[in-house]
Amino acid sequence: MALKLADYKTEVHNDWCPGCGDFGIVNALQMALAEMGIERDKATIFSGIGCSGKTSHFINTYGVHTLHGRVLTFAQGGKLANPEMTVVAVGGDGDGLGIGAGHFVAAGRRNIDMTYIIFDNGVYGLTKGQASPTLRLGEKTKSLPSPNTNYNVNPIGLAVASGFTFVARGYSYDVRHLKDLIIKAVRHKGLSFLDVLQPCPTYNDINTRDWYAGIDLAQESMERHSRIYKLEDTHFDPMVHYDNETEVNEKLSQALIKSLEWGNKIPIGVFYQNEIISPYSTRLTDKIPNYLENPPAQQRISENGLPTTDVSEILDSLRV
Amino acid sequence: MGSIDFTWLIGGPQGSGVDSGANVFSKVCAEMGYRIFGKREFYSNIKGEHSYFVVRVSDEEIHSNVNDVTLMASFDAETIFRHFNEVPKDGGIIYDSDLDKTTTDEVLTLDNYFKARLHKELESKNKPFTIAGVLEIAKEKGVHLYPVSFREILSNLAEKTENPKLKGLVRLFNVLAVSLSLGLIKMPLDPLLQSVNSIFSKKPQIAEINKQAANFAYDYAKSKFSNFQYALTGTTKQPDTILVQGHFGTSIGKMVSGCRFQSYYPITPASDESVYLESHELLEIHNDRPGSTIVIQTEDEISAMGMMIGAALTGTRSSTSTSGPGFALMAESLGWAGINEVPIVITLYQRSGPSTGLPTRHGQDDLLFAVHAGHGDFPKIVYASGDIEESFYDTGRCFNYADVYQIPVIHMMDKFLSSSVVTCKKFDPQKISIDRGLLLDKVDGEYKRFAFTDDGISPRSRLGLDNGVFWNTGDESDEFGHITEDPYVRIQMMDKRMSRLDLVTKRIPNDEQVVSFGVHDYTIISWGSTKGPILDAISILKKEGINIGFIQIKLIHPFPSDYVKSLLKDAKTVIDIEANHSGQLGKIFNQNVLREIDYFILKYTGRGMTSTEIYDSLKKIVENKANKREVLSHGA
Ligand SMILES: Cc1ncc(C[n+]2csc(CCOP(=O)(O)OP(=O)(O)O)c2C)c(N)n1
Ligand code: SF4
Ligand SMILES: [Mg+2]
Repeated sequence: MALKLADYKTEVHNDWCPGCGDFGIVNALQMALAEMGIERDKATIFSGIGCSGKTSHFINTYGVHTLHGRVLTFAQGGKLANPEMTVVAVGGDGDGLGIGAGHFVAAGRRNIDMTYIIFDNGVYGLTKGQASPTLRLGEKTKSLPSPNTNYNVNPIGLAVASGFTFVARGYSYDVRHLKDLIIKAVRHKGLSFLDVLQPCPTYNDINTRDWYAGIDLAQESMERHSRIYKLEDTHFDPMVHYDNETEVNEKLSQALIKSLEWGNKIPIGVFYQNEIISPYSTRLTDKIPNYLENPPAQQRISENGLPTTDVSEILDSLRV
Repeated sequence: MGSIDFTWLIGGPQGSGVDSGANVFSKVCAEMGYRIFGKREFYSNIKGEHSYFVVRVSDEEIHSNVNDVTLMASFDAETIFRHFNEVPKDGGIIYDSDLDKTTTDEVLTLDNYFKARLHKELESKNKPFTIAGVLEIAKEKGVHLYPVSFREILSNLAEKTENPKLKGLVRLFNVLAVSLSLGLIKMPLDPLLQSVNSIFSKKPQIAEINKQAANFAYDYAKSKFSNFQYALTGTTKQPDTILVQGHFGTSIGKMVSGCRFQSYYPITPASDESVYLESHELLEIHNDRPGSTIVIQTEDEISAMGMMIGAALTGTRSSTSTSGPGFALMAESLGWAGINEVPIVITLYQRSGPSTGLPTRHGQDDLLFAVHAGHGDFPKIVYASGDIEESFYDTGRCFNYADVYQIPVIHMMDKFLSSSVVTCKKFDPQKISIDRGLLLDKVDGEYKRFAFTDDGISPRSRLGLDNGVFWNTGDESDEFGHITEDPYVRIQMMDKRMSRLDLVTKRIPNDEQVVSFGVHDYTIISWGSTKGPILDAISILKKEGINIGFIQIKLIHPFPSDYVKSLLKDAKTVIDIEANHSGQLGKIFNQNVLREIDYFILKYTGRGMTSTEIYDSLKKIVENKANKREVLSHGA
């Protein structure tokens, strides 16, 4: 029986603030799962801590709501042990780029086949609006006592530099586009990263829905001026086509430069994709040939309550 | 002890082959049928600082080191300065006679604290601050000195083999020291030659040079040295004996127990285990395709913990191995595993804290921390192994406890265990059982991961299982695993989880919780690696007609209060022995059994206890001459 969108929704009461950008992300994720037809019991959503962290409870697949900053560690362990399972990790910008930044970089280096989505709202939502690592220097959102004294981290640039092999940005109010990006990200063989611009109407009074829509710009010129535009509507080609240093360097630097665009023009879409770099599972099968057919979660370790592992060779070598 | 009770010490700068020399010596003795108890001591350093290895050899069962060194094989000055005093009358010192004039100041790695103590002793005995000076003291005591010019041996060898390169090859010093020792104690050389072959199997030329050096030194000792009264000519071999290093028990135990995922961040003395698991990552399985252990070196211990939990949620037996500093970083996620009832095993190889402490030295100072790690109330098991052989079977138990009670298990090990090399009975994998508890293979109908049940344990689905969808959260949750702040559900859930502690002490067999070696008027309580030296000390006392009891507590949390209380009811004096400052087990004992510890025997120098030290302290206690706290200090 084909699964419908409704099958991916739980009955858990959603307590996000009205108008929160998080709703769009959850919808897009559920739509993507439905469209890909991934069985509910063959996917796990891992989440961090924050408003965004509650996401896993709203989706009717396996859901693991982890710890602040640690979502990638749990998700990677799950995927490594059960590689058949579709794994999506989600979390806040504070979660992934503040307290969890070390895991972000390390995950990029591994390139495990899963998807990581950051809900990028510029603030620590759940702790009442402190500055997140993506808030720009000198900006003062509603609940900051004084303007932000830190320079912002560039999530796309950091992902590209850390070795993520699919790097994209979405916008939480363009749900269809976001859904398509999620599908691409999940289908990508390797670690994919999605930075989702997510207005927080309660605490971020700078990067609001109206601001992204360019209402302020429109008032000046009497025209519609959305700040957001799609890379796929331009000549931008994010794909690394050949296994060649010049090609890779060009695509990496192009992604980095593109990621610096901000202000009146903000690109969304795929910034970088490299299908040539081996996913982690390939690196494992190089030394453990049957890793994918007989991964940890499938291995039979006992028979009638007794161990099946044969260590006699090791023990014999220790014999005196 | 038996007719042979012989302790050999080899020392030298780190990186000069002290370990391989000692391993070969141990192997040779073990092949000759002897029991071995060896221990490695080293600085937190890669090259240059003093490291040493003591190997005790006996024809009877032994479980510890003793203070006296029967034969010291040295090839540098520092070893002599640091250890000459450990060799008693009739013992021997093999040393490099070219070092006679070396002064303490010329040995740059001798620290000022040690030098000051040594100078004081030399001054009081009117000796110069040189190797000749300390050796005079030894000689006056009745120690046999065996001077050898290592350089001369090498040049003779170079001449004889027409290989001038051999002349300056200091890398051969360790082989020379071992071969001289074997010659002196009349052991055969063949096992050493075979070891050389296997160590250098890919470098036949180097093997050849080593073998030439070995033969030469061996013959040299045999022809030049006499009057040493110890000869190790072999004894009856015990059947099914293996020679193992400290981490083999838990590593091989993990393979057999079906641990298929291990994440770790490098730290002494824990990482040897993970490296060993990875070097044996391909596993042979009876009647099935090959299996494997996925070993992941993570970016930090927080990640090691997260990955292990993620893997455990898929139904995979998963674990990590760490030491104090790493375990400190794991505390938050330990609570997550607790509230989500995830079976995991943390193998905690303790070293000396606090902080970085004595990073390569022994300590048992993380017991209270392990028991209390993590914020909030949640159940966990803290289980301690007393020796390497035990640690193999205990690893199997730990995985079963984790699965059956669906709680995190902390398996306490330590540096003393990890850096010992011992002979023991061959591990028997068939004595490990595998009990996965209520782990499900299929799910029918509505599933609730945290369903309330009679004994508080719920059937466990795993990520990816058909129809077994569930949720986890570090927040308080309902039966499905969704967040709740309802006060009544909170009470039910807390009670459900915490009731696990009573189940553990009720259901785990008594002899897995506590091992009693007899209870007498004076009875010792202890845990972990002190077991060996305690057993050896009380067995000597017994021969002297002094009976001392000993109960080894393995299950430390939840504490088996009733059982321990009943065991100790006839003990008049309770002695707590531990390698830490505060007597941590004593505190737990006091809190649970409501009884005072009468004497503490404690050691926190970072060096393991010897049976000699424990014997001496126990004797003082029995003779009513001891302080309430006896603090031990033996060992360089
Ligand atoms: C170790 C730890 N430190 C602090 C907190 C408190 N805390 C909860 S949510 C949060 C920040 C959330 O911000 P973000 O990750 O951006 O998520 P958002 O709420 O914006 O979606 C913090 C600091 C915590 N839960 N754990
Ligand atoms: S605080 Fe912001 S991010 Fe959190 S739910 Fe409210 S609007 Fe959304
Ligand atoms: Mg945020």
